[in-house]
Amino acid sequence: MTRTSSRSLWRERLFGTPFTGFTSVVLVVLIAWIAIPLIRWAVIDATWVGSTRADCVPGGACWVFIRARFGQFMYGLYPVDQRWRVDIAGIAFVLGIASVVLAPQRLRLKLALAMLVILPPLGIWLLSGGFGLTYVETRDWGGLMLTLFISIYSSLIAIPLGILFALGRQSELRIIRLISVIFIEFWRGVPIIAVIFLASLLLPLILPGGIGIDRLARAVIGLGFVIAAYMAEAVRGGLQALPRGQREAATALGLPYWKATGLIVLPQALRISLPAMTNEFIALIKNTTLVLVVSILDLLGIAQASLADPNWVGMNMEAYAFSGAIYWLICFALSRWSRSLEKKRRL
Amino acid sequence: MAQVLSFINDKRVRDWFYQIALILLLVGLTVFFVRNASENMVKAGIASGFDFLWRTSGIEVPFVLTGYTQSDNILALFWVGVANTMLVSVIAIVLATLLGFALGIARLSSHWLLSTIAGAYIEFVRNIPLLFFVLFWYFGVIAALPQPRQSIGLFGVAFLNNRGITIPLPDAPDNFRWAALAILVSWVGYWLASAWARKRKERTGQDAPLLAMGIGLILVVPALAIAWASLATRWDIPVLRGFNYRGGFVVIPEFVALLAALVTYTAGFIAEIVRGGIESVAKGQSEAASALGLRPGRILSLVVIPQALRVMTPPLTNQYLNVLKNSSFGAAIAYPDVVSLFMGSALNNTGQAIEIIAMTLAVYLVIGLAVSALMNWYNARIALVTR
Amino acid sequence: MTFRILGAAALLAAGASMAQAQQLAPSPTLDAVKARGNLECGVHLGLPGFSFANDKGEWSGLDVDYCKALAAAVLGDANKVKYTPTSVQQRWPILQSGQVDVLSRNSTITFSRNATLGLNFQGINFYEGQTFIVRKSAGVKDAAGLDGASVCVAAGSTEEKNAADWFRERNLKTTITNFQKNDDAIAAYDAGRCDAYTAGVGALAGQRAKLKNPDDHVILTQPISNDPQGPVTRWGDERWQLIVRWVLNGTIAAEMLGVTSKNVDEMKANSKNTEVRRLLGAEGGFGAMMGLSNDWMYNAIKQVGNYGESYERTVGMGSPLKLERGQNQLWTKGGLLFTPPFQ
Repeated sequence: MTRTSSRSLWRERLFGTPFTGFTSVVLVVLIAWIAIPLIRWAVIDATWVGSTRADCVPGGACWVFIRARFGQFMYGLYPVDQRWRVDIAGIAFVLGIASVVLAPQRLRLKLALAMLVILPPLGIWLLSGGFGLTYVETRDWGGLMLTLFISIYSSLIAIPLGILFALGRQSELRIIRLISVIFIEFWRGVPIIAVIFLASLLLPLILPGGIGIDRLARAVIGLGFVIAAYMAEAVRGGLQALPRGQREAATALGLPYWKATGLIVLPQALRISLPAMTNEFIALIKNTTLVLVVSILDLLGIAQASLADPNWVGMNMEAYAFSGAIYWLICFALSRWSRSLEKKRRL
Repeated sequence: MAQVLSFINDKRVRDWFYQIALILLLVGLTVFFVRNASENMVKAGIASGFDFLWRTSGIEVPFVLTGYTQSDNILALFWVGVANTMLVSVIAIVLATLLGFALGIARLSSHWLLSTIAGAYIEFVRNIPLLFFVLFWYFGVIAALPQPRQSIGLFGVAFLNNRGITIPLPDAPDNFRWAALAILVSWVGYWLASAWARKRKERTGQDAPLLAMGIGLILVVPALAIAWASLATRWDIPVLRGFNYRGGFVVIPEFVALLAALVTYTAGFIAEIVRGGIESVAKGQSEAASALGLRPGRILSLVVIPQALRVMTPPLTNQYLNVLKNSSFGAAIAYPDVVSLFMGSALNNTGQAIEIIAMTLAVYLVIGLAVSALMNWYNARIALVTR
Repeated sequence: MTFRILGAAALLAAGASMAQAQQLAPSPTLDAVKARGNLECGVHLGLPGFSFANDKGEWSGLDVDYCKALAAAVLGDANKVKYTPTSVQQRWPILQSGQVDVLSRNSTITFSRNATLGLNFQGINFYEGQTFIVRKSAGVKDAAGLDGASVCVAAGSTEEKNAADWFRERNLKTTITNFQKNDDAIAAYDAGRCDAYTAGVGALAGQRAKLKNPDDHVILTQPISNDPQGPVTRWGDERWQLIVRWVLNGTIAAEMLGVTSKNVDEMKANSKNTEVRRLLGAEGGFGAMMGLSNDWMYNAIKQVGNYGESYERTVGMGSPLKLERGQNQLWTKGGLLFTPPFQ
C-alpha cells in the first residue's frame, strides 16, 4: 500500500461524512483533554531520581517514592535477606506452568497433576520456612507477593470444590443437586467483603477452643469458598456444552460414574470452560484487594499503608497509579490469554 | 445372601444411601460448629441473641432516607443501611445499563476512532479492581468541588459543594405522596391500556390512539402532579450559615462517588455483554432490515437489540447482582450502606458478630433472589416462543 | 515442638521452686505465651506516638512500650513481642477469639464494652480527652464553634458516639461522617470533605503529621470528654489478668519510687525502701505468686523503663508529639496516675 492511499484511507475513516468528522473532532479533543495533563504529570513534570520527598518537584509525579518503597510494594515486610525465597517460589511457579503449557499433548495431564502435587507445598515451604529455612510469619508477608499468593492458593481450594459442586448440580440425585444449588447460590449471592469478614470472625468461633487458624489462611479459605461457587458455574457451562452422547457412550462402555467423569467428561468440559475459569481467576485477583478489611496488606493495602508515613505525605496518586498499573498488567495479560484460548476452541 | 447383594447393587438403593450419608454428615458438621460456637461464646462472655436490636443506637448517620435519628434503636439503623444499599444499587443499575449499551454499541461502530476509544475504555476498566475506582472517584469528586462558601448555586435553590448537593426539601411531604400515587395510577393505566390495545389489534386489526394516550399518561399527568405538589407546598430552601448550608436535603459526596464508581466500572462489563449479544444476532437479520429500507438506528432498536436481549439477559442479571454486592465497597469511603453501618458501627458497639453478619448476608441474599426472580420473569417473557 | 518441651520444662522447674508457695490457679494464656516464646500483642494499625511501625517494621510508642514491658516481665526479654495491627472494627473479635494475649491499642474503657463484649480493662495507661482538629482559616475557638460543621470520625470508636451526643445535648447541628479506619477519616478531612476531624488529644498530636500541611491546622485545646485508655484482656484466666494489671501498675510504681532504667541495678542492690525491694524482687517473692520469676519488674524497668520514661520517649517532650504530662502526671504531682501499693 502506498503512502497516499493509506493517508486517504485514514481520511475516509475519520472524516468520511460530516457526522463522522464531527465525532472525530469531539473525540480528539476529549482525548487531548484527558491525556495531556496525565502525561505531563506522569512523565514530563515527574521526578525520577532522588531519595526524599524534598527532591520532588511539586506538580509532577514523585516516582522517587515508588523507588524508595519498591521492595515493600513487592514483598511487604518480608525480611530483606530472605526475599530470594519469594523470588525462587515465583520462578518455580512460572517454570511449572510453562512446562505444562509447552509439554507435548500426551504428557500434559500427567505433568499438570505432578505440578499440582509438588508446587503448592513447595511454595508454602519456601515462603513460610521450616526444614532448614528460618520461619517468616504470614503477618510479614505483603505486597504483590501476597496478592498472588492469595489468588493462587484460594483457587487451589476453589477449583476442586467448584468442579465437585458443578458435577453435583448436574447430578441425577435430587438431594445432592439441591445441596449443590444452595451452596453455589449462597456464596454467589453475598458480597465478598462480608465473606472475608465472616471468615476472619467466624472460623475461630466455630472450631473447638484452642485451634487457631492463621489470619491469612482464614482469608484464603473465605475467598476460596466464594470463588468455588463462581468456578462451579464456569465448569457447569463446560459440562452443558458437552454433547450428552459423551457420557452416554462412556456409560455404555461400562465405565462407572467416577471413571466416566474423570476420564471422559471432565477433561473435555474443563477445556471448554478454561476461558471462563480464567475470567473468574481475574475477578479473584481483583477481589483480593478486599483483604485489607482484615488488615492483611496486599498490594493495594501496602500502597495505602505507605501513605500513612509522615515522611511521604501526599503520595496518593503515585501509590495508586503504580499499584493500579500492576493489577492492570496482570489482569490484562490473563484476559488476553483467556480470549486466545476461546478463539482456539471456536476454530 | 443373593438377595442382600442385589439389594446393595441396586442403583436406587445405593443412591439413597449416599444421599442420606451426605445429609447426616452435613447435619453433624452443623451441630458440631454450632455447639463449638455457643461454647466458645459462653466461655468468652460474649452476649448472644437479638435483644441488641432494640438498644438505642446513638450513631449519627449523614444520609438518611427513613426518618431515622440517633435516638432510635439499632434495628432502625439497620433499615437505614438497607435503604441506602438499595438506593445506590438501583440507580447504579439503571445508569450502568445506559452507559454500557452506549459503550457496547460504540465498540461496534463503523467509526474507527469511536470504536477504538470504546475498546480502550472497556479494556482499561475491566482489568482494574473496583476499589481503585471507588477511591479515585471519591477523592476526585471532593477535590473537584469547591468549599461551601464558594458553592455552585443551581437556580438559587440547590447548592453544589464538596459537602454534597444540598437540595430543597418540602416542609410537608403529603402533597408529594398524593402526586406519587397519581403518577403510579397513570402509569399502570397506560400499561393496561396498551395491553388492551394490543389485544384489540390482534382481534380486529384496528389501531388505538396509543401515542396520544402515552404522552398524556406517561408525561403530562406526572408533570401536572409534580407541578401541583411543588406549588402547593412550602419549601425548606437551604441557606448558607456558618460552615455550610442549613436546611434542605444533602446528597452526600460519598453517594455520588460510589455511584460514579459502580456505573463506570460495571458499564465496561455490560458493554462486552452488549457487544456479544449484538454479534450473536445473525448478520442476515440486519441486512434484511436494511434491504427493507430501515435506517441504521431503527435496525438496531427494532431488529437487532430485541433479538440480542435474549442472549444478554442472563449475563446482565449477573452484572446487576454484582452491582448490588459491589455496593458494599461503599464501606471504604464512609457511604452509610448496610455493611458500613451495621457490620461496621453497630457491630463495634454491640460485639455480636454472628447475629449481625447473618442479618447482613440475609439482606443481600433476599434482594439478590428478588432481582433474579424479576430477571427470570423478564427472560421468560422475551424468550423465543417456538411452536 | 522443642519449644513446647522447653516451655513445659521451664514450667515444671518454676513449679518445683515454689512448692512451698500456694497452689497457683491455672493460666492457659501464660502457659501458651511461655510455650510460644513470645507475647501476642494487639496494637493500632498506625498511630504515631502510641503504636507505629517504621518502614523496617519496627514498632514503637506508648502502647507498644506496654507490650514490651509485659514481655520483659513474663519472658525476660522485651523484644519477644509479636504485634498484630488491628483496625477499630477488628480489635474486639481478635482479642475475644484468642488471637492476641492482650490488646494495647488506645481503647477507651466503657461500661457497655466491659459488660457485653467479654472484656476486662486492666488499668489506665493514658488519660485521653476527645477534641477536634480544624483548619486555622476556619477561625474556630472551641468545640461549640463547630455548629453546622461536618465532622469526620472513625466508625465504631467512642469518639463517634461522644461527638454525636455532645452536639445533640447542646442543640448544635453537625454532620458526622463515619469512616472505617482512622487513616481514611484523616485523608478525607485533609481533602476538604470535613471541617473537623475528631479523636483524642494524644491521638491527634500523632496523626497531625499525616496531614499535607500540618501547620495549617490547629487542635482545639478543650476536650469534650474523658476517655481513659489501657490494656484489655478477655474474661477468664484471672492469673493472666493479674499479671497484665500489675505490670502496668509496676511501671507507674517505679516512676513513683524513682526507679528508672538507669538506676534499677543500683536500686535493687542498695535500696532500703521495702516497696522498691518488693517491686524489683529483692524480697517478698511477688513474681512467684503470679507464676513469674521474681525479677519480673526488674526486667521490665531495665529493658523498657518506668512509665515516665516511656511517656517522655514516645509522646512527651522527647518525641515529635510534645504532649504535656497533664492528667497523665502522677497523682502526687497533680495528675491522675495512680497505683495501689506493692505490699
